[in-house]
Amino acid sequence: MTSSGTATVTLPTEEQILITREFDAPKHLVYKAWTTPELVKRWWTANRGEATIAEIDLRVGGAWRYVMVTEGGFEVAFHGEYREIVPDERIVCTEVYEGMPEGEAVNTMTLTEEEGRTTLTILVQHTSKEHRDAHINSGMEDGMQDAMDLLEQVAISLR
Amino acid sequence: MARAATTSDAFNAVAEPRRRQILDVLAGGERPVNDLVGLLGLAQPQVSKHLRVLREVGAVDVRGEGRQRLYQLNGQALKPIHDWVKGYERSWSERFDELDVVLKELKQQEQRRWRQ
Repeated sequence: MTSSGTATVTLPTEEQILITREFDAPKHLVYKAWTTPELVKRWWTANRGEATIAEIDLRVGGAWRYVMVTEGGFEVAFHGEYREIVPDERIVCTEVYEGMPEGEAVNTMTLTEEEGRTTLTILVQHTSKEHRDAHINSGMEDGMQDAMDLLEQVAISLR
Repeated sequence: MARAATTSDAFNAVAEPRRRQILDVLAGGERPVNDLVGLLGLAQPQVSKHLRVLREVGAVDVRGEGRQRLYQLNGQALKPIHDWVKGYERSWSERFDELDVVLKELKQQEQRRWRQ
């Protein structure tokens, strides 16, 4: 089995987003895939472009930065700082979408393993409802951007 | 996404915690105002005010039965909110599908190491 189900997203409070997903792998491997730059580059873009940068300075106070370029040349960049690291279990870090630098969120990623399967949760804590809502909308915009890129390619092929 | 005024936008209508509580109660079935007043511990004018906002965005419907006015949830009006969260969920699901592929490889590598 490759797919262990879809991610579930809930909004526990007005300033939070909670993302949950189960994986068919032990937690040390999920942690490895989450914290190794060349592995992050393979999954983080969700096939929506090419990851050009994945920098991970995995220590408290260390910085991270991920950059992706969509097929249409649209650049999407995020960065932040690690605040807490418990290997194989928990990472707390800040996250800023560089297109909207005023909205800094604090992400808490946790891994819990049961019988070789791992449940991953990401709690995204924003400072305001406006920032949280804009964050969710930014995900939508990326999707929209992909759709526009695809449309553009179709239009070009029809010329 | 530009937001309309409270009275015409489902997002703003549910931004108020009391209005979400009302929707939660109505999700369990139709209720008269008095039930909501009792369950929420609010004064009737406040409950009526919240119900008016919810009605204006179509999130609740009302019908008269005898002397009572019964309120019920209309989930269809909340669909834009559901769709909004679903779009975000879809992008994470796609990302995690890719992560599944990476994890499968890591598991195989680890198993090979054990056999050696």
